[in-house]
Amino acid sequence: MDISLINLIPLLMAASTPILLAGLGELVVEKSGVLNLGVEGMMITGAITGFMAAVSTGSPALGFLGGAAGGAVLALVFGVLTQGLMSNQVATGLALTLFGLGLSALLGQSFTGLKPPHTPDLHLPVLSDLPVIGPMLFRHDAMVYLSLVALVAVWAFLRHSRPGLILRAVGENHAAAHALGYRVTRIRLLAIVFGGAMAGLGGAYLSLVRVPQWTEGMTAGAGWIALALVVFAAWRPVPLLIGAYLFGGITVLQLNMQAAGVNVPVELLSMSPYLVTILVLVVMSALGAAAGAPGSLGRAFHASR
Amino acid sequence: MIRLERRPAPSRTWTYLAPLLAVLATMIAGAIMFALLGKDPVLAIRTIFWDPIFSAQFGAYSRPQLLIKAGPLILIAIGLSLGFRAGIWNIGAEGQYIMGALAGASVALAVYPMELPVLLPLMVIAGALGGWAWAMIPGVLRTMFNTNEILVSLLLVYVAEQILSAAAVGFLRNPEGGGFPGSRNLQSYASAHNAEIIAGSGLHWGVVAAFISVIAAYVLLQRHILGFHIKLAGEAPRAAKLAGVVPARLVLFCLGVSGALAGMAGLFEVAGPAGKISIDFGAGYGFTAIIVAFLGRLHPAGILLAGLLMALTYIGGELAQLMLGLPAAAIQAFQGMLLFFLLAFDVFGHYRLRIATGRTA
Repeated sequence: MDISLINLIPLLMAASTPILLAGLGELVVEKSGVLNLGVEGMMITGAITGFMAAVSTGSPALGFLGGAAGGAVLALVFGVLTQGLMSNQVATGLALTLFGLGLSALLGQSFTGLKPPHTPDLHLPVLSDLPVIGPMLFRHDAMVYLSLVALVAVWAFLRHSRPGLILRAVGENHAAAHALGYRVTRIRLLAIVFGGAMAGLGGAYLSLVRVPQWTEGMTAGAGWIALALVVFAAWRPVPLLIGAYLFGGITVLQLNMQAAGVNVPVELLSMSPYLVTILVLVVMSALGAAAGAPGSLGRAFHASR
Repeated sequence: MIRLERRPAPSRTWTYLAPLLAVLATMIAGAIMFALLGKDPVLAIRTIFWDPIFSAQFGAYSRPQLLIKAGPLILIAIGLSLGFRAGIWNIGAEGQYIMGALAGASVALAVYPMELPVLLPLMVIAGALGGWAWAMIPGVLRTMFNTNEILVSLLLVYVAEQILSAAAVGFLRNPEGGGFPGSRNLQSYASAHNAEIIAGSGLHWGVVAAFISVIAAYVLLQRHILGFHIKLAGEAPRAAKLAGVVPARLVLFCLGVSGALAGMAGLFEVAGPAGKISIDFGAGYGFTAIIVAFLGRLHPAGILLAGLLMALTYIGGELAQLMLGLPAAAIQAFQGMLLFFLLAFDVFGHYRLRIATGRTA
């Protein structure tokens, strides 16, 4: 049994990357005042479009691009429906998930059993060769680092940039933002497409690196965990990272325990990430995290005259 | 310049028109999708929507399937629609369906092979309680800690699926099954079998329960103060508060009813058409029922029709798989598309399309 920190941490970082990416995207979407429950659908669509792009071009980089594009296109459908046609966001998000699961299974028919091109680990000079810390932190593929860069970028954008301030204003009070002359619908559409691309990227990471192959329904609730993560983080980027790594850690730990044949029922181990997610949600809501939600979250906006 | 103008009150015409247009648009978009897959689009649509009922060759097999598939969909969707009307989102019916089946089947397997005339009713109660208890988790967490019921109910589906597989390979496994996963077959246990009431019709007790639930929900919504409160809470939360509606009670009621109905649906399925607890027992009815509820306008009569239509796409989809080699996933995408179109057409119920000339302010 190999449950030592030096082995767990790199696995944990890889396991957390999909939900960190998807969670970051959804964080920005919710900050703009939109609740997109279709993360699971966008993730699985990104998983298959990314897989298709990578297999047919032989390039993992194009694969990730394809995953982001797939997620973004699906998100655009959500955007048009909820922003253009003022449909109910909860219902539309659910539709997105149901449709995404079907569409991805349809697209992936001829791709089951294939192996995607290998995504190489980056070798960082000096850092990767450090003892202990090198193998733990600095021998990952580019996407792991990209997710961390994205985290810093989202944090800086929301916290220290003018467009970020506008996005938050739109999310807190869309009527006031509209009165100030900001284009509420356009800003939200951009946020939704960004969220879709990030979810697609997370999905592609699952099919190209984590698993790596295509199977129907392979996201297995990762999109929902990403949604829960945003609540857990109380709509702030840094706690999102902590949350993602916490869930990644539990996933890796339970998988290792299953592989090691620990005397705990396999089903109990498999359900543990979901149970822990629920537990954390309860603790956070009991502490009043919901108070941190953007003021206009989930409410439709129509500039009536 | 085309713009939307809010209607003073939702249009009644569009309430009825939107689902019809959505079905039509889905057929067209579906035909395009099937054509892209290299299938004859007209033949595919005909196989899905026409042949299951009217084909001389398959009708005899397909027609009873219509009620078998529509029963659980309607039963679950009726429960969900109550919550959806009040803005309480139980999207974990699939988990409640599984837990209901497990609870009901456990009762039967506990007393096996004793023949008891009251066994099936007892199983129905156990099934309802199982689903109710599973739905009470998000309910209680929502009322006590204000935890989001959407996420909790959905995440519990994955937990229920794990319990299901633990049951199929462990505590409910057939001891005479040669070590294969899956419980004893309840179809061969007379007291526990939810048999067809009229042979060859597909009508079993679950379908009867679905019809009763439609009537009960109609009466509740039209004639009972609780139904009024549900509608009020959804449409005007502030007014509901002033009218003395206790939100917590409404949450527990709506989640409880939808959980109990989903649990019953699971029990009727495991004791009838499915026959036994197996790893792949969850067939996605809990999720498809969400589409049924919306397509039926969250109205009991509408849900009845929508449930039958959605059952038709299931059967037609299987037929198209068999006859045309259409992938199973195509039907799932098709059903998802239907909900998209419905939500899109709904805009015309609340807004009017205005073609403005000249400058816009």
